Formats: sequence, structure tokens, C-alpha cells
Amino acid sequence: MTDAFRNRIDLTFTVNGEQVEATVPAGRHLIDVLRLDLGLTGSHAGCEHGVCGACTVLVDGAPVRGCLTLAAQVQAAEVWTVEGLTDTGAVADLQAAFVARNALQCGYCTPGMLVAAKALVERETVPSRAEIREHMSGNYCRCTGYEAIVDAIETAARARAGEATE
Amino acid sequence: MKASVGGYARARDLAHAFDLLAAANGMGRVIAGGQSLVAALNLGLTAGDLLVDITGITDLRGVRVEGDHLLIGALTRHVDIGSDPLVAEHAPLLARAVPLIAHDAIRNRGTIGGSLAHADPAAEFPACILALGATLIVEGPAGRREVPAADFFVDVFETALDEGDILTGIAVPCIAADERHGIEEATRRAGDYAIVGLAGVRRAAGHRIVAFGAGPRPMLCGAAMAALDAGDLDAACAAIGGELDPPSDTQGSAAYRRHLAGVLLGRLAAQLGDPS
Amino acid sequence: MTIRFDDPNRPNSYIGRTVPRPNAGKLVAGQGRYVDDITLPRMVHVAFVRSPHAHARIVSIDVGDAQAAKGVVRIVDGTEMATICTPWEGKLAHLQGMKTPPQHALAVDRVRYLGEPVVAVVARTRAEAEDAADLVVVDYDPLPAVTDLMTALDADTPIIHEGYEDNLCFRRTNEAGDVDGTFAGAHKVVEGWFKSGRHTGVTLEPRAIVADWKAGEAELTAHVSNQAPHMLQVLLAKHLDLPESRVRVVCGDVGGSFGVKVHVYPDEVATAALSKMLGRPVKFTADRLESFLSDIHARDHEATGRIALDADGRILGFDVDDWAAIGPYSIYPRTSAVEGLQVTNLIGGPYAFDHYRVRSSTVFQNKGICAQYRAVGHPVAVAITEGLVDKAAHEMGIDPVEFRRRNVIRDDAYPVSTVAGLKLEGLSHEKSLDALVEAMDYDALRAEQAELRAKGIHRGIGIASFIELTNPSPFMYGIGGARISAQDGCTVRMDPDGSVVALTGVTEQGQGTEAIMAQIVAEAVGIRPHMVRVVTGDTRVTPFGGGTWASRGAGIGGEAALRAGRALRDQILEVAASMLQGKAAALDIRDGVIVDAETGEDRLPIEEVGRIVYFRGDTLPPDLPRELMQTRHYITSNYPYAFTNGVQASLVEVDPDTGFVKLLKHWCVEDCGRIINPQLVDEQIRGGIVQGIGGALFEEVCYDAEGQMLNGSMADYLVPMSGEMPDMVIRHIETPTEEGALGAKGAGEAGTAGAPAAIMNAINDAIRPLGGEVTAMPFTPERILRALGRIRD
Repeated sequence: MTDAFRNRIDLTFTVNGEQVEATVPAGRHLIDVLRLDLGLTGSHAGCEHGVCGACTVLVDGAPVRGCLTLAAQVQAAEVWTVEGLTDTGAVADLQAAFVARNALQCGYCTPGMLVAAKALVERETVPSRAEIREHMSGNYCRCTGYEAIVDAIETAARARAGEATE
Repeated sequence: MKASVGGYARARDLAHAFDLLAAANGMGRVIAGGQSLVAALNLGLTAGDLLVDITGITDLRGVRVEGDHLLIGALTRHVDIGSDPLVAEHAPLLARAVPLIAHDAIRNRGTIGGSLAHADPAAEFPACILALGATLIVEGPAGRREVPAADFFVDVFETALDEGDILTGIAVPCIAADERHGIEEATRRAGDYAIVGLAGVRRAAGHRIVAFGAGPRPMLCGAAMAALDAGDLDAACAAIGGELDPPSDTQGSAAYRRHLAGVLLGRLAAQLGDPS
Repeated sequence: MTIRFDDPNRPNSYIGRTVPRPNAGKLVAGQGRYVDDITLPRMVHVAFVRSPHAHARIVSIDVGDAQAAKGVVRIVDGTEMATICTPWEGKLAHLQGMKTPPQHALAVDRVRYLGEPVVAVVARTRAEAEDAADLVVVDYDPLPAVTDLMTALDADTPIIHEGYEDNLCFRRTNEAGDVDGTFAGAHKVVEGWFKSGRHTGVTLEPRAIVADWKAGEAELTAHVSNQAPHMLQVLLAKHLDLPESRVRVVCGDVGGSFGVKVHVYPDEVATAALSKMLGRPVKFTADRLESFLSDIHARDHEATGRIALDADGRILGFDVDDWAAIGPYSIYPRTSAVEGLQVTNLIGGPYAFDHYRVRSSTVFQNKGICAQYRAVGHPVAVAITEGLVDKAAHEMGIDPVEFRRRNVIRDDAYPVSTVAGLKLEGLSHEKSLDALVEAMDYDALRAEQAELRAKGIHRGIGIASFIELTNPSPFMYGIGGARISAQDGCTVRMDPDGSVVALTGVTEQGQGTEAIMAQIVAEAVGIRPHMVRVVTGDTRVTPFGGGTWASRGAGIGGEAALRAGRALRDQILEVAASMLQGKAAALDIRDGVIVDAETGEDRLPIEEVGRIVYFRGDTLPPDLPRELMQTRHYITSNYPYAFTNGVQASLVEVDPDTGFVKLLKHWCVEDCGRIINPQLVDEQIRGGIVQGIGGALFEEVCYDAEGQMLNGSMADYLVPMSGEMPDMVIRHIETPTEEGALGAKGAGEAGTAGAPAAIMNAINDAIRPLGGEVTAMPFTPERILRALGRIRD
């Protein structure tokens, strides 16, 4: 093995606006670094093969699968998790809509749902219900049957667009 | 499962990447967006790889027109292919394929080069690239070569890339004035890999119809193309199943996939403006 | 004093209202604490070497290389594990003839299903434990696998367990009336064959346990993602030879359970044993791949059935032969026979008829263990019943709604003892059908269906009436000797400022236990819901109870909470009466203020009672009771179960070229008795429907003939996602149970019970004119096209 390959990777990146330095195993994915190394347990590992969406976090502004993102690849990146998004109020409207509509039951999928939904409600147009369903189709929820989640996102999207909700 | 990797290194530039791959003694593995590779690592399908991360080579990212071709950098992410105005203008097939690929969060990191090099026979981009008759630009320690899409996809997860090669870009012929593109696929759930799908291009020179999820690699459907060229859609739909080599798995039997290909061809033909 | 639930203007009227869940705020902020979020000092991680064979003899185990691997702390095989952890048998004494052999935490000598844990590898991190587990070399001598349900009892099928005569776990026939005579003389007999795919729960949070043995205190604390903490406390104590008082089970936030997490799993017990061996905390979190292999599976059934009718389309009888495949063991402690038993009880449930025969055969397989999963047996029984009913209606030329109207048990007939032996207190099939027809505008939909049919669009409308078993008494498990509690308890304590802590034996998995307990206690005591702090899931502090299963939380735990809350109120008022030198009966508590019951005039803030009792008790009469903490337990006794009922409808569109089914809309009218929180009930129903849709359209654990799993990942095992799910209209009829003051029955399983049958009937309504019928779930596009004869092999 050449010196250039390392088993442990030194990382500097920002998480929720704070600079973080960590040395992590080369194969460790972002979600494990957040949970195990940084104690940010709000994001969850649901399947670790990129299907369930429970690990969805923001990397450089875009929702990504935390389990399919090697931590080594977020060097110098800006990562936001549900903890930081809660602190800044960036998804406060979505969170309030989820609570009001009971769009969560066990809550395990919810942090990933919020991150995925954030990207949708930030678009300039109000999405249709079909568009919401399609956009959220990479995030698994076993509890709700999805309708309440669609309702909550629709409510938040309309409010952001200045439309009155029904 | 937890990924078990042998090591990781960030390539500064292509030359550095070639050095790293050479030093890896056969255990080297290029990682770009990682959306297939990291899943494979987490599933334990591969272990001990020495990962060469090429995402820092920014030259490999972006889209530009050169002559009558659209040049797409291998590191261009799916999301950028989907929103790039040049792609929409000159290779609309690729833009139309993007929303069919997995989900937002995957498209935000996955790269077109990664998808092509991974060569999943059920993936959309390899089929589109073959339908478009694109050329893949491959660079390696021995230099640069261009591989026609028809020669690139060899078998399941197997391409013409040699040990130490890196796919750096794709040259797609720009759409002609009378050219039509289309894509149809059948998935049980939005974003799933297609049970079977078809990418189609209709040019003055004739049709190019490529099936995915229907064989060990994207399959160019010659008999169906000839029938479409002859204006016989029914014959094309009847023929296409017979020229596929689809798998049987828990999503459907080979017979079902053959049937589905015929149905999808009828729908694709409508997209391509073929008379029904 | 009784509460007038029907008066919405009564004081403290929180029961029956939608109030927000007190624990939702933390969950949306990512502040839940699930088991895998817990890290304890000196904690190590276990990974299991699991059997790659469905059936094999273990020849030898070599752990040499693994022992030397980085980070390894301890490696334990089945023989060593058996020295500190006793095996178990999932049997119930009242199920005569049932058999199942002892099951060990780690396999000893033989493996009998793919994924059975064989060796435990403990290391500093999960990754190191997995890497070392890869180095354990187990030499297996493969044996023939039994993987086919209908041939499991054939003479030439190998027998899985040595010493047994066959692969039969349990068989029961429930028969009444003159079945043979009735069918022989019936105007019409309609037959059907039905299959339900083996599926699994796929809770988003995988199973997880952190076991923490403290030798100094001789106490085991187990943080577990589980539904029944007291059950687990008792069973861990039993199999690890500890006093029950020295086992503390904590179930904090649980990321979905649905019955998956109400069972005893070998890997979890092994983790607890490992902690005892090592004297330090050990964590096991199943990864998704081992979840598919090791979580319980369910509903692997195949059945033939027939229904006898008179000339007016009245049902005379049902005759069903149902077969269920389980794994090589019956689940512990509930048994895997219950799913089949439920089928023997529930066939024909909504209908009035006199002749009944259902035989259920539960057989062993070399596959994952099947067990209780949301709506145990209901989806199977409802699909058989409603499939036969729909086919009968069609063959008699009667509209399916009209056919049901003719045959359901009349709303004014209750109480009823059915021919199947069920005691039904009060149901509302007729009212439910009326409400459904109105909600969906049935006639307009039928007209639209006919119009579209003419244009080549194939829509189908499917109806499914159902009954659901909730609020179980000890009749289910207790009488069989299982230490599964059918009673439950609640302790309420008023703190000095007048706020109340309520400790309940019922647990929270997201269904809203904390919300409804807060509502019930708030109303019972007379304070606002936000003044009630609900504590669940900790055997050290919560009253001994059964936990959450069989839709019992609201009906049993809620009644206990109501009684405890009323007792606390009475105690507060007794003290207040003494302080005010008046009569307790003349006082009431409203919004946290003691008032004159007659005039509503304020008399005393409740916190003044707290101040006096806790800090100036010397000012009260010495003999005055002053326990501002009250506990009540509750168990049902008049009926073995509180049955609920409902009816669902599905509107689908079938593409006859691809076989794809598009779900356009779904309706459910449901009667769960008193509704405590309408929004929570609606969302239980919606979530349950989608889980039922999963079984109807998508979900099936597929094994090959050798017992290898073909689709054990989330990419291959399809769960319902948002893109394909319909919007759902939910309506309610309320027929409260009179067993308790609260009147609540369960609502957690109705959606799942009825949805698959409604979908099946809708698909068949769409494709019957094209000459097809499907009765094998899941209804994949390929199965639909094959039913239509459109695929050439």
C-alpha cells in the first residue's frame, strides 16, 4: 500500500455552522460520523443502502443520503442536520406543520423527511400533491401512510408562497 | 453492515489518480459520487478496496458544446444534467432520464460518469448513452482513447475500462433538427430501478432503441428498430421481446419483462412521433 | 361520578378532542432517544455470525483468527451461551397438541433457518465486530431444507426436528352447525383459493438492545426497542436466572414496532447474557440485512374456502381450510399458532350464518420465524371471507354493497354469540356500510366506472367489511400459561404545584400513548393536558402491565389511567374539603382550580392543596388520607375481547397491458368505540391501511427451494412509499364498550385488517370483465397479467 492511502482520515468540515475536526475510519459513512463521532443522533441510519432516506442530511445545501456519503468525501463541506436546522429555525414551519398534522408517529423517519421536504418548499412554486408524493418518495415511513406528511408539506409550502391554507 | 475498505486517498489531478491506481496493485477503485459504490461497500459486496477519490478534479465537471457534440464531464452530477440548459437543448434524452433516476438525494451526489462506469444493466444513463450513440472518453496511464458506447458496456457491472483507466467524459452528438428523443420505463415505485425500460432516439438515419433491465447490459434492439424504420410499430412491439435477454427475479420473470418491453415500445413510439 | 362524554361542553372535556402529542416536538427536533442513540461508558458491540444455510449440522467452529482480530473482546458460541442462558419454548398449554422444541439464544449443534445466530463476536466497535465475525470459520454439513408449505406434512418431506413424527406445529378445527349437509343442499356454493405472501414488518428503526449488567448491584438494565417491557423483564429474569426485581427494562423512544418488537429474539437475549458475562454494557443494533433474516415474518398462508348461499343471496355457511407456514420454532412467548387460530375465529366475522368449519394447520419450515404482526391473522381471514363474499355476490348477480347489507349481523342484534364462538358486545356493520356509501358516493362511482369502461379504462371498486379483535383478556395468552399480562396499570402523582406525573404500563411507539394518557388523566383529575407528564416504558417505575399489543393501549391502559385519575381527583377533593371545611361532593376540579361543583365559583387553587399536603401536613387532621398518588389497574372481564368493526373501500385502475395497479382512493369507516383523540385514530387507520396495501400489492419475503432469501434488502423487498399511496377518507361510528367507563376499544389494526381484501376485490372488480381474477397476494403486475392470460412463457 502506498502512503497516499490512509485507513484513518483527518477531516475538517463544518456541521451546523460549527467547524469540526475529526479523524475517522476511511470506510465510515457520514451518518456514523455524525452519530458516533459528533453525538448528533437526530439523523438515523435506517438501511445503510440508500433506500429508506432516514439518514438524509444537507451537504453544501443539497439533501444527500448520509449513508451513501463517505465521511472522507465531506472534507471542507458544509453539513446541516436536524439539530442545526432546528436551532436556526430553518425548518420551523415544517416542524410546526408536522406536529399540527400529526405527520409523524414514531419519529424515526422525521429528521430525514424534514431535510428532504426543505428542498421542496424552498422552490419558487407551490408543489402539487402528486409532486410532493413524488419528491418524498425516497423517504420511507412505516407509520403514517404518508398522507399526513403530504398534507403538512403542502401546508408549509403554501404558507411560504403566501397562499392561504385551506 | 459497515463498509470495510483498505484505504482512501484524494486525487489532486488525473496524473495523481493514475499514480494512486497504479500503486494500489489491483485493489484500486475509483470513487466519484459514491451512490452505487458506497451502497455496495455497506452491503459487503466488496471489501478491502483502496478508494481513489476523484471528485476533487474539478476539470471533470461541467457541460460544454464542442462542434456538433455535447461534452459532458464525468463528474457532472445527475442533478446538474437535469437542469443544464445545454443538455436540455442538445441532448434532451439525458435531461428526461434524470427525474427517473432514484431520488433527489441520490441525484444530488451521483455522477454520470459513475453511473456509466458502474454499468448497472437496469440503469437509465447507460441505455441513453447507447441510444444516443455517444462516445466515452477514457484516460489511463497509456493515454486517452475514445470508446463508442456500443463497445463500452460489456456485461453486468463490466465495461471496457481497463485496470487503471478513468472515464473522464462523454461526447454526445447534438440533437438534429428532426431528431426525437424518448424514454419509457416501468417501475413498481417512483425512483426504483426499472423492471424494464426503453430509451429511444429517432433520427433521419433511423431509430435507435435501447432496452435496460432487459439483459446483462443495455441492449440495442435491432429487429425492433428495423421494424420501426419500416413504419411497422406492431411488428416492432412483437419483435422486441425476442431480442432481449432479461433476468427473472422477484420483480418479474423474463417472460413478463419481454412482454413489458413490447408495451413500453408502443408508448415510446408515441413519444418519438411514430405513427401508431 | 360518571363523565358525560356525549356533552362537548362539559368541564375539562379533553377526551374526544384532537390535542397535540406532547412528545411530537422533541421528535421533529431530532431529540428522540432511540436505543441506538445510547452510548454508555465501556460499552462494546456485538455482531453475530449467522447461518448461511437453511438447515445444517454444525460440524465445528474455529474462532482462532477472529479472536486475534483488531478490537475483539470476546467470542461466544452456542455451547458456552447455553451455560448461562436457558432455552425457551413458545407453547401455550391450552393449545392442545401443539409442539415446538427448545430454542437457544445461539444455535447448538444444528441451524434450522437462514440467519439463525450461531456465534456472538463482541468488539470495541460494530465495524470491528463485523470484521472479526467474517473470520469465524463454521464448518456446516448441509441438510435438506423444508421450504414448501403445502407439502410440509407429506410422508416424503424431511422432518425438521429429530424425534418429531412430522412438521406439524399445531392444528385446530373450529366447527359448528351442519356444514356438510348445508353445503350439499345449498342453492349455490362458491369456492375460492387464496394465498397471502410471507411478509415482514420493516420497522424503520431496526431492533436494538443495550444491555448493561452491573455486578456491584447485581442488576441488569436493558434498553430495548420493544413494546412490552414488563414481559421482557420477566423473561430475561427467567432465562438469565435473576430475580425479576433485578432486571430493569427501559423502552424509550421506539422507532416503530407493529408486533415485530413484542417477541423474544435470540440475538437480544444473547446480548443481555453477554453483558452479564463481560460485566459491561453491550450494544446490538440489527443492520437492515439481518433485520430481513431475523425479524419475525408473518402471514405465510394458503387457503381453500367455500361459501354456501340460499336463493336470496343469504349466507348459510363458511368452510375453510387454512395452512400457515412458520419457521422451525414457534415464537416465544406468544406462539406462532395464534395467527392460524385467529383465522379459525375470524372467518365470516361480520356476517350472520349458522354453519361453520375452519381448519387451520400450522407447519414448520426452514425459514424465518413467523409470528404476530400488526392485525395478526386478520388480513388473511378478511381476505378469504371478503374474497368469497365478493365472488358470491358476483355469481348471484347482486351488488357487493347490497349483498353485504343482506348478510351482516344487524346493528340491533347485539350482544351476539356467533357460530364461530365469538362474543360480540356491540357492532355497527349496517351503520358503517351506510356511512361508507355516503362518503364515497358509491352510485356515482359505479356510474363513472361504467363510463370509463366503455373508453377502455378499467377501474375497480372493492369493498371489505371486517371485525377486529382488541382489548384482549387473559383468554388469549394468560390461560395458556404465558407470562403475558392482559391487565395494565397507571399511577398518577400530583406534585406540589398541581402538575401531575402519570406512569403507565402501556408503551409509546408513536401511536400517541402519551397524548391520550395525558388527555385522560387531565380530564379525570380536572387539569389541563400540558400539566400532565406521562412516563412510559421503564419497568423500574411504571406499574406492571402488558405494554402495547393487540390494540389494547387505549381500552385497557386508558381505563386504568381514567380510574387512577379519578382516584387522585377524589383524594385532592377530600383534602380540599377538609381545608375548606366543606364536603368533597360539593367540589370539583376544573382547569386546575378547585371550584364549587354547583356554581363553578373558584374555591382554591389546586397548588394550595399541594403546598399544604407536602409542606404543611401538620395543619391537616392527623387521620386524613393524604396520598396524592394513586394507582389503579384494570382488566376486562365480561368479554374475552372487545371486537371492533368497520368497512373499507378501494378504488383502483388496472392497466391491462402492464398489469400495474394505480390506487386512486381509499375509504374506511371504522367503529372503535369511544374516540379519545380523533386525529390520532385517523392516523392509526391511515398508517394501518398503507401497511395493508403493502401486503396486498408489494411485500413478499421470497425464499428459493433451498431456503435462501432472494430479496432481503430494502432495494428488493418493496415497502409502500409515498409516490404510489392514495389519499384516504376516514369516517367513524362510535359504539362504546360498556365494560369500562371510558368505552374505548382498539384502533391500531383495523386499517391493516381490511385493506388487503378491499384492494383484492377492487382489482378483481376491474379485471373480471377481462376474464381474470387474482387471489394470491401480493398482486404484482405479473400475477395480474398472468391472470389475464397476457404473458407467453
